[in-house]
Amino acid sequence: MALDKPYQDVPGTIIFDAEQSRLGYHLNQFCMSLMKKENRERFKADERAYLDEWPMTEEQKQGVLTRDLNRCLAAGGNIYFLAKIGATDGRSFQYMAASMTGMSQDEYAAMMLAGGRSIVGNRYTGEKQ
Amino acid sequence: MMVKKHAHISASVYTSHVPAIGAALDLGKSGEPYWQPVFKGYEQSKQWMKNNKPDVILLVYNDHATAFSLELIPTFAIGCAAQFEPADEGWGPRPVPVVKGHPELASHIAQSVIQQDFDLTIVNKMDVDHGLTVPLSLMCGQPDAWLCPVIPFAVNVVQYPAPSGRRCFELGKAIRRAIESFDTPLNVQIWGTGGMSHQLQGARAGLINSEFDNAFLDRLISDPESQAAVPHIDYVREAGSEGIELVMWLIARGAMDDVAGGAAPRVMQRFYHVPASNTAVGHLILENQ
Repeated sequence: MALDKPYQDVPGTIIFDAEQSRLGYHLNQFCMSLMKKENRERFKADERAYLDEWPMTEEQKQGVLTRDLNRCLAAGGNIYFLAKIGATDGRSFQYMAASMTGMSQDEYAAMMLAGGRSIVGNRYTGEKQ
Repeated sequence: MMVKKHAHISASVYTSHVPAIGAALDLGKSGEPYWQPVFKGYEQSKQWMKNNKPDVILLVYNDHATAFSLELIPTFAIGCAAQFEPADEGWGPRPVPVVKGHPELASHIAQSVIQQDFDLTIVNKMDVDHGLTVPLSLMCGQPDAWLCPVIPFAVNVVQYPAPSGRRCFELGKAIRRAIESFDTPLNVQIWGTGGMSHQLQGARAGLINSEFDNAFLDRLISDPESQAAVPHIDYVREAGSEGIELVMWLIARGAMDDVAGGAAPRVMQRFYHVPASNTAVGHLILENQ
């Protein structure tokens, strides 16, 4: 019997479940390696060469190179791991969060100050706002 | 009052553990208009903490891909070491004191709780990230040493599924029985951390649901049994993919007197604020009578 995945109709959300974790293992472990200063320096010196040391898919590598976090999430990335790329770039988490929503960092920060993204219209895929 | 001959739980503390709060404190920004309302919500709590100093804190939190990568993902892990270093999460370790553990009580809890059918992972070497140190900073300020030993209790909420609310609540009951069977009269607090509503990923990032959060606080106080029955999907859908951290609050709540047939706890503090960076901040102190 297939697993019950009731979270698949939550809009704009990819749940990091066992399957995503399996797909993203090397991508996330690459991110984890950025916890070490010497690895951050080697990555920054030649991103492509550093990524090629990991058995990641080309899609995952392109996601990292273009800093497209949504692409990384779809390819099995987990946000707590992906955040280490942003830290390596010297970016705030809010910058990263904004980048996934299609808003500028200022727009995103203003939304948070105004109480955050409303739940209304954001519960189910295809729901009317 | 009867003198207790064994350890007991005197109170539970609940708080969000947003990393930006730690950064604001560490960088001296706590007086800025953005942060003032957050820290104001903890002023009374810091005083309460001074007046109600425990002998040990059992601190339930989650690791954020710091001590545990994908190499090893324990659902429940108890820190039994003598001390735990603040972790380098990519910006250098937070300038906060080393966390001293309580190996005697921790290993006692490990043995007792495993015998009650919860499979705890025993950890004898681990660095602790903001999930553990930010609550200590919020409740204790910036001391040279933390006020008492702390037992880190890490829960997996990174890879889905986190343990269910029901299981967390039952675990709290088991932890209570474990603490009460420790034959030294220690005053123990249990803290549940994380939450409240937030989503850090995808196009729905920035989600906040204050209605859900306040209903959660209400039910955690007065009807935790029914809150424990709420399934994962409700947290994910209503409180955001990272809002699921709230199940950790149920561990602390399950360890309180009233759940074991005693009196209802007294609410010593309740606070809610939006936003701290990407997250809704919630905080409660419940005291056993």
